[in-house]
Amino acid sequence: MFEKMVKLSRVKSPWVCHFNSGSCNGCDIEIIAALMPRFDAERFGVLLKGSPRHADVLLCTGPVTGQMKERLIKIYEQMPEPKFVVAFGECACTGAVYTGAYNVEGGIDKVIPVNAYVPGCPPKPEAILDGVVKLLTAFKESE
Amino acid sequence: MARVTIPIGPQHPALKEPERFMVTVEGETIVDADVRIGHIHRGLEKLFEQRTYLQNIHITERICGICSFTHSTNFCQATEYILGVEPPRRGLYLRTLMNEFERIHSHLLWLGVAGHEMGFDTLLMWSWDDRERILDLFEDITGNRVTHAFNTIGGVRRDITDAQIQRILHTMDIMEERTKAYIQVGLNEQTILKRTQGVGILTTADAKRLCAVGPRLRASNVKYDVRKNDPYAAYGELPFEVITSDTLDVHGQLVVRALELLECVKMCRYMVQNLPAGEIRVKVPRKVPPGEAISRTEAPRGEDIHYLRSNGTDKPERLKVRAPTLANILNVAHTLKGANIADIPLIVAGIDPCMGCMDRVLILDRDKESCKVMSAEQLREYSIEWYRKEAYR
Ligand code: SF4
Repeated sequence: MFEKMVKLSRVKSPWVCHFNSGSCNGCDIEIIAALMPRFDAERFGVLLKGSPRHADVLLCTGPVTGQMKERLIKIYEQMPEPKFVVAFGECACTGAVYTGAYNVEGGIDKVIPVNAYVPGCPPKPEAILDGVVKLLTAFKESE
Repeated sequence: MARVTIPIGPQHPALKEPERFMVTVEGETIVDADVRIGHIHRGLEKLFEQRTYLQNIHITERICGICSFTHSTNFCQATEYILGVEPPRRGLYLRTLMNEFERIHSHLLWLGVAGHEMGFDTLLMWSWDDRERILDLFEDITGNRVTHAFNTIGGVRRDITDAQIQRILHTMDIMEERTKAYIQVGLNEQTILKRTQGVGILTTADAKRLCAVGPRLRASNVKYDVRKNDPYAAYGELPFEVITSDTLDVHGQLVVRALELLECVKMCRYMVQNLPAGEIRVKVPRKVPPGEAISRTEAPRGEDIHYLRSNGTDKPERLKVRAPTLANILNVAHTLKGANIADIPLIVAGIDPCMGCMDRVLILDRDKESCKVMSAEQLREYSIEWYRKEAYR
């Protein structure tokens, strides 16, 4: 019963932590734009949190640079279970334009497990909402 | 009083790229500040050498997502210098138009961030909402909100229609009205005046000595703008003023940016009303003859320099980028000295850093050997709280 309630509230109001692993900023401003009056993600209960310890969803951008790799792992480990990772942006999914540069890993999933991918360079703010909703629907239907 | 060293950064949960400040404080006053950068280093300059010129246009756009258009303009310009081609006038006008749109969206973005840092979130919501209008224009014209893929070597890739010109003029009318409202708020609102006046002062001599650029330089009362001093694209033909302020502080930067918005609106109107007819691009060869060139543009944050060397193949031999934030970081470290801890967020946000902000602040007390970790959010709340109490002191 209690578990069910927790799960329900998680689906209703996912708390999101944003992590920039070396992106070009394009995706980051689109994430902020999604929270602004035009798109207003908060009406769906999506809340941006500063600390990974409060977050259900880790929204990662960027192709993971050498310096940020360890921090990304650390932040992932700090998140409480159950945790979800969304790779936001083409370069977070595959490395995209940065493929072949010497200081990038080439995608979030090279370092930590990823649950959902939102491609686009950068994806539109609507796509963030879509990605998060799809992720949560999958979570709801899962056991 | 005990000296305490605070490392700020390198990770921020929102908005910006990582970078690290080491700040030494005595009580509430900062006595020394040092900067460490490079957390976002992706090795792009090496990557440029492995890609062809056409591919590089798209990579230069992704150096920074906020001033994407300036970087691609700069790269295309440098290549055009070496090739010795001049884009058609219509192409240059469209390129300039996009540059000015970018300045409008970037300055509005800054206004919002500055508002957020001083605890005035209403301003953040307003200005970001207005910013969406410019992004709509971008999407209308180029098909993309942030990275536009609009520039190409020898001109631009898309033309605009009369219907689009009408939409641009309509948006500019709204922008003008809104900007005037922001200027009123910026000049009269007590929240802003109390937090920005006399904060982060950089004297004219220091600004020159530390090679500040962009609005930070102009707020230190130096009349320097690449658009005026070394006109590129269509800027030589446009009517506009270089805005300066003699207050030298963060408020001066706010005023400079707000008044620049009005100039941008004026320029955009002029450009679409006097758009030359004709082609938008010229065809250029894929291979670039050996040579080197330096190109400069005025990005929203200041002077942006690209140095390009070619070797006769279809790939550049070297492309060096000097982004404006790198030039401005030095003076931030300088202005932080003597400032208040509570003013750190605002001074750093003042130059509109394209990287770096604060996630974790580690307060290390050497005497007590205690450690305290603060997040950016806590630091911001701390500063707002500090100023609230200040009113009763
Ligand atoms: S996906 Fe594109 S816009 Fe987003 S951070 Fe990567 S390069 Fe920048």
